[in-house]
Amino acid sequence: MIRINREICDLCGVCVSVCPEDCLELTETYLRTDNNICIGCRFCIKVCPVGALSEVEESDERPL
Amino acid sequence: MKDRYDVLIVGGGPAGSTAARFAAQNGVSVCLLERDREIGVPVRCAEGVSDTGIRKIIDINPNWIAATIKRFRFHSPTKKYVDVSSNEIGYVFYRRIFDHDLAVEAAKSGVEIFTKATVCGFTKTEDGFTNVLVRYENRERTVQAKIVIAADGIESRIARMAGIRTNLALKDIESCAQVLAGNVDIDPGRIDFYLSEKWSPGGYVWVFPKGNRMANIGLGVNGSMAKGRSASEYLNEFLDQNFPNASRLTTIYGGVPVTTNLSRLVEDGLMIIGDAAHQVNPLTGGGISSAMAAGKMAGIVAADAIHCGDISRKKLCTYENEWNRTIGKDYRRFYRLKEWIRNMTDKEFEEIASAFQGMAPTDVKISSIFRMAVKNKPSLIVDAIKVFAGF
Repeated sequence: MIRINREICDLCGVCVSVCPEDCLELTETYLRTDNNICIGCRFCIKVCPVGALSEVEESDERPL
Repeated sequence: MKDRYDVLIVGGGPAGSTAARFAAQNGVSVCLLERDREIGVPVRCAEGVSDTGIRKIIDINPNWIAATIKRFRFHSPTKKYVDVSSNEIGYVFYRRIFDHDLAVEAAKSGVEIFTKATVCGFTKTEDGFTNVLVRYENRERTVQAKIVIAADGIESRIARMAGIRTNLALKDIESCAQVLAGNVDIDPGRIDFYLSEKWSPGGYVWVFPKGNRMANIGLGVNGSMAKGRSASEYLNEFLDQNFPNASRLTTIYGGVPVTTNLSRLVEDGLMIIGDAAHQVNPLTGGGISSAMAAGKMAGIVAADAIHCGDISRKKLCTYENEWNRTIGKDYRRFYRLKEWIRNMTDKEFEEIASAFQGMAPTDVKISSIFRMAVKNKPSLIVDAIKVFAGF
């Protein structure tokens, strides 16, 4: 599944534009992933201009 | 915000504001929704435009112009360079002011604009209209529109919600990083391009002057060629090597679609324009004037469709056909050139630069550079001639 490093994500939306499964969603202030539909293609990781995305075994995101 | 409008436009960039203005000027009610808190912010753009491209849509306000461009310089990987003087006038704009003013013009034409307004979904009514679920000021409401125009940028969520696949292949996206550099020693009337696999594989580095010793310095890396490094890492390396003393007054990131436009730009009651429709010159990455051209076409066609009481795909196709016959046709040629140039090696870039060494800028035509670049691919020479006719 995809982990977002929220310290460096710039909310630019490039990842959203390449996701073949529409599992990323961007608001003005937040990038959301739906890891239930992520197929692990890693396209979003490859195009992120700041390297804010990575793949992890299980979500280690802290709750909001 | 009212309960219904003739046209609802999603996204307040140049495409959305232009479509809104032309629709309103042609006598229909228009609402424009912008997700962010301010029109024109954040800027994710190198801000270069051509005089003719903008002037087709709107008179140019001097307040938008940070720099006037009359010259180009292409740098090879070993920093040989080729100078080109162009008959075409270009500008580097202040997008923040420009986008704001386009929205102001739309508002003056009667468009109702709302910021911090997000579209969460939509459903079709029995009479073929669209119920749009809008979250505005922490409250969800339904707004009914006869036609929705999606101008929501590279994410293209509205089209996705309508079931249109808009996701880009990795080879068709440039991942970009840019700084507004301060205290740089550059020619204030010249745009510089650096071409090299090492600096920006599958893309290029740009230096766009912004006056007062400032410049937008940025690069795009092709999504399929980044070799595990991010655009920001490539940019840092380029700046450290070429502009080590530059201040970095702004740092931005973003993506540019470099493909042909969506095959379907309209559905019943829906039109897609701008980055959301991939209406960007795939060779240069420039998309402002084409987004505005599409906005103008779509706004006029939408108003006419509403006056005729026919919002079907067939009626709205007037816009799709006009786009495909004009700019879309050119962009398919640009795409074929881009696909060739994307795979060129540093050795090939050097050969081109060497061929033009010692020539006066007035003797070098952009068309001849590109003809040289595609000399080993004769089928592309016609494309290079057609799209650079006059350059």
